[in-house]
Parts: sequence; structure tokens; C-alpha cells
Amino acid sequence: MLEQLKVIGHPTPKLDGKIRACGKAVYGHDIVLPNMLYGAILRSKYPAAEIVSIDTSKAKQLPGVVCVITASDVDVNNISYKRDHPILKKGEVNCIRDEIAAVAAVSNEIAHKALNLIKVDYKVKPGIFDPFEALKDQAPQINKFFAGKSKKNITHEFHYEHGNLQEQKDRSACIVSRRYIMPRVTHCCLGTCAITADYSRIDTRLTLYSVTQVPFLYQRDMAHALKMEPSHIRIIQPVIGGGFGSKLDMYPYEPICALLSMKTGQPVQIVFDREEEFLASPTRQPMVMDVTTGADKNGRFTFREVKIIKDNGAYTSWGATTPFVMMQTFSSLYQVPACLFDSYAVYTNNVYAGSFRGYGNPQATFALERNIDALADEMGMDRAEIRLLNANYQGETTGQGLVYRSCGHKQALETVIEKSGYSKKYSVIQQGRYRRGIGLSSMLHVGGGAKIYRSDGCGTTVKFDAYGYLTIITGSTEIGQGSETVLAMIAAEELGIDINKIRVINSDTDVKPWDVGVHASRTSFVAGNSLLGAINELKKKISPQAAQMLNTDVEDLDYLNGQISSRKSGASVKIDKVIREIHFNAPNELCLANYYYEPGSEFQDKNYMGNVSGAYAFAAQAVEVEVDTYTGNVKVLDVYVAQDVGKVLNPLGLSGQIEGGVVMGMGYALTEELIIENGLILNPNFHNYKLPTAGDIPNIHFFPIETIDSAGPYGAKGVGEAPLIPTPAAIANAVNNAIGVEMNSLPITPEKVLKALKNKIND
Amino acid sequence: MTKQHTISFTINGHKLQKTIPASMLLLDFIRDELNLKGTKPGCGEGECGACTVLVDGQPVNSCLFLAVNIDGKDVTTVEGLFQQEMLDPVQNALVEYGGIQCGFCTPGMVMTIKAFHNECLSRNIIPDKEQIKKALEGNLCRCTGYTKIVKAVEALFIR
Repeated sequence: MLEQLKVIGHPTPKLDGKIRACGKAVYGHDIVLPNMLYGAILRSKYPAAEIVSIDTSKAKQLPGVVCVITASDVDVNNISYKRDHPILKKGEVNCIRDEIAAVAAVSNEIAHKALNLIKVDYKVKPGIFDPFEALKDQAPQINKFFAGKSKKNITHEFHYEHGNLQEQKDRSACIVSRRYIMPRVTHCCLGTCAITADYSRIDTRLTLYSVTQVPFLYQRDMAHALKMEPSHIRIIQPVIGGGFGSKLDMYPYEPICALLSMKTGQPVQIVFDREEEFLASPTRQPMVMDVTTGADKNGRFTFREVKIIKDNGAYTSWGATTPFVMMQTFSSLYQVPACLFDSYAVYTNNVYAGSFRGYGNPQATFALERNIDALADEMGMDRAEIRLLNANYQGETTGQGLVYRSCGHKQALETVIEKSGYSKKYSVIQQGRYRRGIGLSSMLHVGGGAKIYRSDGCGTTVKFDAYGYLTIITGSTEIGQGSETVLAMIAAEELGIDINKIRVINSDTDVKPWDVGVHASRTSFVAGNSLLGAINELKKKISPQAAQMLNTDVEDLDYLNGQISSRKSGASVKIDKVIREIHFNAPNELCLANYYYEPGSEFQDKNYMGNVSGAYAFAAQAVEVEVDTYTGNVKVLDVYVAQDVGKVLNPLGLSGQIEGGVVMGMGYALTEELIIENGLILNPNFHNYKLPTAGDIPNIHFFPIETIDSAGPYGAKGVGEAPLIPTPAAIANAVNNAIGVEMNSLPITPEKVLKALKNKIND
Repeated sequence: MTKQHTISFTINGHKLQKTIPASMLLLDFIRDELNLKGTKPGCGEGECGACTVLVDGQPVNSCLFLAVNIDGKDVTTVEGLFQQEMLDPVQNALVEYGGIQCGFCTPGMVMTIKAFHNECLSRNIIPDKEQIKKALEGNLCRCTGYTKIVKAVEALFIR
């Protein structure tokens, strides 16, 4: 049946590509409303201080300033899932991001001028910038709104275990322990944070033009923060200039913008400049991971023991919950009989971490895949062979209870090993200034959503107009990843209509049905299945009418080329004619259908056991690098990617996700770090925070692996996060192969490489 | 009070005269005075290239360029490339080859590629991959990993 697909599996350019190419797409930065004001936020000068006094009188007097607010002017609730984060700070500040006051003015320039007129007296305190210091008994409580159960500065801890750890340790022939240190990196969406709030005092309704990735959760969070009725808040999502997980939570600037609009009765817009984006948008979670693993004499893995200390920053965002995903990698990537996992997110006076593509998995995979190389080396085993020996398999239920109904892990590894010429390249002895190396890594990630919230579902409405054009109203969100196009492709496939006759509406909570949001690589899987369900319902209306018009039965119908035809007689009727018959003749029905899809996954129990996703994605990468031993520079030459995607839906969109992910992973591995010293960010700009540029990109060779998962749309699984997850580990493993030293902290800068080479010579 | 200047210029084929403060940046002038929102603010310091426009055919970071300096000059923004209901070949190639994801960097990318394409054509050069990558180094993209953008540019020279 799959061979007959007309649209699915064929490269399809993004439907929304043309308006973006012509500069006609409206981003949050481009919105202008009548009578709109410009908002700006005064942030703390110090990472830890008491606020002695705030004087806004001069700012208020500045011509053009309409409103100035501080914590004492507003009646609001704390935000964050731990409710440990005041929107505007009162009495004390705990990180350099802290919002002290906000201004609304007739121009952006005046708003920023007014910030300089606000006088804040601080009593500076010594901050705590190291999570290990924050764990000490004498450390003060950093966040006074939340104290952890076991220790005062732990915001969230996770404990997971399966199997008999001691027994597995006893039967291990080899055990290795390493510490891995991961830096603070940030999303660098090209479109900075932007919001426009429009509060109507007439009907007490709030409209937010917001770049959120989770509009319905955001609506609820906003309502809680502002003490409003959720249904009085309408979220409209303009075109989003990059997400990557950064917009999964609500941050203080958003309710602040709403408050300024409520106070003034005018629309207010807040747009971050790049420096504010670096300073005040979330980061990936920096952490220290101690990992011990073992293998028996045959090289079969026996156990993993993991302890993680995460620098949470001063308040809690989703970064603290990334162990949900990290523990999966330790418990279930490769077969392992026993696993003990503990992680602690620790408050400090640094900026707080949020969610970022991969959700902890790039860190976990880096540690595990580096550790596997160390274990193989210690045992004198081949690094490829040990991976193949322990690879996951179809039908496996892991120690954590993940069920691999389909699994391309081994095939992915075999593919990149073969295509890259791994074995031959690995054993070439490197000499001279430039030394080449090749590294392997693989990964496991959710590929069918993740049942974390009460529902992991998505609603869809489909509606035909009288001319045979289809509107898909989906709960899901487009952040550039190409979900609109995939959804239109699915509808074009199923209904046999031209893709240009399909519109996707996905940006307004007053219109679209509920969806949990764009995260966890879930949109094609969950929204795709939801759409298939809605189309099935729609066909239940159309097919009987068409069958009647063609004198046949519904089983005999094909939807193709804008027509519905009878396979038996060959007679056909245009689909729009059938629709008009249904609309305009008694009993006069709409050609409209709804469907809500909930993945067949389970909630995990309190021990984190359970089959949390509708499907699991696997991938392997082999990376070839060249190290300049004079400068320490690492150049990535070739990246071989094999990824179990279930089924390729849009090859063009898919390879775009792969290439973008690999290059993002390369930045994480080699150049990116938000440098923070005593709570202050030292490089809040693209000059000193080094993103990869076009000149840095390697050749990327992509080999999709189709395992056709029975739960996915056409067999497809989630794709978006996976490609960046194995990249840093594969690069570090390649550097190790090239120069014979272990690189266990990121980024692998020229300084670190030279230092490692020097230490190696001295040894 | 900042000194005001009157400037005459051509924008996307239309002649205009405006009086503006000397300190106004071209990016703000284009977005806020001319209401052409296609040109994007990405970093404000000439690092990301999202605000690239053409001044007399040369690509400039409009966030670092004073608007008064377009006096007597010809400015093209991303909106100016869409002519007679047709996408420019550069825009078309980016769409067709999948060089656009979130699209925020795209207007700047389009203008940089347009200038590069024109320059290569006028000098009768078919650039190799490395030359193309070099030409794109001033434009950051976080979504695509550049691979498809490079392919789109290569395709411009094959047609």
C-alpha cells in the first residue's frame, strides 16, 4: 500500500516558504496596533542583593512615559511550575535577569530612557554561583519561595533505579568512571523574544500576540499569574522566528507586558534586543555528571550509575525537569540490566535554565557515549563492536518499561559504520600537524510524544468549502519545522486534492482545538494522527454521498486528482460537486469533522516506570574531524547520520531538520558557551558567543531508516530533536581518536585541545 | 534636538523624499518610517546579517548604516525583489531547495545572495562551494545548518 503514496514521501517545499522569502511573514516584531505603546524592563544590576528602595518618580515625569510599574503596583501570583518566581521582584534580587520595574511609553527610545531614570538602591550580597557551594550546610537559602525536601537549595531531584546494581557490579569484568562537564549554551533564535499585549477594559479580555510554543498551557499559566479567567485570554501566535524549546515556558516579560496593557488600557509591545535576549532568555542546563558503567568479560553492559548536579539558576523553569528524558538514555539506550540514576537541580545566583531541543538528552548522550568509548578502550574492545553487541532491538521492553514496538538502533549503527568507512579510518595512525579521527555515537529519544501533561493529545477540525478547498484547523504550532506542510501533505494524500487547495490554521486559541504544544518531537506524530482521524470522520460524510452519486458502495471509492471515483465502473465525480450536494441539498450538512487524538502511551508511575511515548526514535552518527595540533582547532569534515524516522513523510523537511540539528550540535560541541562569571554574563552578543557559520559546515550524509511504526502516521516517528543529540559525543569521540586524549567537557575549544595535548606529552 | 536632514532616494523603484534625524539608523528608517517590515532586526551590531539590504547594489547591514547616507542612492529591500507577481530566482531557489525554516534570517539571506549572484554574473564567475560558503558567512541561520541554503545558491548558477 505504501508504494502507492502520491504525496507522502515526495520532497515538498514549505507551503509557507514563499511569504517568508518575500519578507511578508508577520513576526512578533512586525506587529503594530493602533495607539500601541512600547514596553521596557529594568533588570537588576547585581546577581544577589537586597533592594533597599526604588524611586520611579523621575521616570514617571519624563514626557512620553505613560506608565511605570514595580512589584508594589501589581497583584499577581508567582510563576514557574514550582511557583518560585515573582514576576516583578520585591525586597531582593537573585540573578542578573531579575525584573525590578517596567515602563510603557510612546516610543521604544523614551521607554529605555525612562529606565535610566529609575533609581534603585541595592545592598549587595555575596552570591553563590557554584551549585556545589549551594549544597553546603552553611549556604543560605537562595530562593525563599521554595525549599527542597532534602536540602534547602535543591529545587527538583530525581531518583530512578532498575535491576540489581550490586549483583551487576560483582559480575563486571571492567568498570570505568568519568566526570563530564556541560556548559551553559543558549538557543540564539534569530527572532528575539517578542510580545504584544492588548487588554480591553470594556470587556476585560486580554489578547496576546505571543511567540509561545505551548499556547494552551501558556493561556492557563498567564491566567494564574494575572488572576484572570483563562478563557478571557486569547493567544494569537504570529510567525515564530525560531523556538528550539526556548518558548516552552512563560517568562516574566510576558505577564509584565500584559500588566502594562492592563494599567494603560493601550496595547503594549516588548521586543528584546540581542543583548537582552542573551541575558534574559533561558539556557540549556549546565551540569556535572559522574557516570560509572560496567561490562562483563564479553563486553555486554552490566550497569550504569549516574549522579548529576545541575546549576538551576535562581528560579525554576523546565530545565529542572530534563532528568525525565536524561534517565531514559541511561536506563534504556543499549541493553543494560541495572541502572541507578540520581539528579539534583540546585539553586544558584546564576541565570536560570529552561528547555532546549533535546531536553537534557544531548548532555546524557554525551556522557554515555563518551563513557562507552572509555569502557571499550579499557577492555581493548572495538568501539563499534561493543555498540553493536549491546544495541537495542525490536520487541525489547527496557528496564524502565519503554516498549520498542519498532527499533532501528542497530541498523542505524550498522549504516553509519559502513557508510563512513569507520573501521578502516579508525585504525589509521595519525601523525603530523593535522590529525584526523572518526567517532561514533547513537541516541534514543521519544518519537511519539511524551505523556507528561494530563493529555498528550491534539485536536483537529477539517472543513471543506463549496469549491473543494480544505481548511485544516489544528491545535499544533508551526515554529519553522515544517508541520504545516506535513499536515497539508497528509490531507492531500488522503483526500486526493491538490496541496495548493489546502490551508492550515494553527495560530489562535479562540479558534483552534486544544493541543499540548510543540515539543518532544511530537507534532508530525500527534497532530498527523489527529488529522488522519479527522479526515476519516470527514470521509464518513462524503463517501456515502459520492457512493450514491456513482451508484456504488463506499468501499469502492478512490479519492484522486480532485475526484472521487468508482474502482469497479471507472465513473467519477468531482469532489467539490459532492460537497455541494451535501451542503445545499436536504438534509443540508456541513462538510466538517473534528477529531481528538491521544497517543497510546502511559503515565509513568512514581518510580518513573512506564511506556511514556507512543513510539521511540533511534539514531546513530559517525563524525570525521581534523585536529590542527598547532592551533588546537577542530574542524568537522563529514557527518554520517542514520536515523530511524519510522517513515519519511517530507524528505525535504526531514533532511532540513537533520542538517540544522547536526550543525546546532556542532556548535554545542566546539564553539558555543555563555560565559558567566560571578553571576554576570560576559559574552551577550554574536561576536563573542560563537554560532557556527556557513563556512564551518561539514558534509552531511543522511540515511533515513524506515521501520514503519504501526502507531505513527504512515509509520512515521518524531524527528526534530534527534539529529543534534548524538553529535557532540561523536565529535568528542572523533577528537579522541585523532589525538588520543579524552575530551570530557564542552565546548572542545582550541585552548582545551592544546592543554590536553601538552598534558599528554608531559605524562 | 537632533539635527534633521532631508534625503532623496529610491526605495524598491519608488522615488521618495523624507526628513529624518541624523542619528537614525537605516534599519529603523526602513521598518518604522517606511513600514517595510520584511527587513529584520537580528542583533543590532552587524553580526547576524538579518537586516541586510542593498544600497546601490551593495549589501549593507542596515543596523550599522545611517539612514542619511542613502541620500541620492538606490535602496532595495526584500520586498523589492518580488516583481510582476514573480518571486526573484533567489527567493524561488531558497523555497524550492528547502533553505527556509523559521524564515527570520531569510530576508537578509536573500539580499546577501542577490548581491553575490549579481556580482558573480557581472564578473562572469561560477563560484565553487567554498566561495559560496564564504559569501554567506556574514548571515547567521540557526534552523537550517546552511546546507540547503548553499545548495540553493549553487542551483542559481546551474540554471
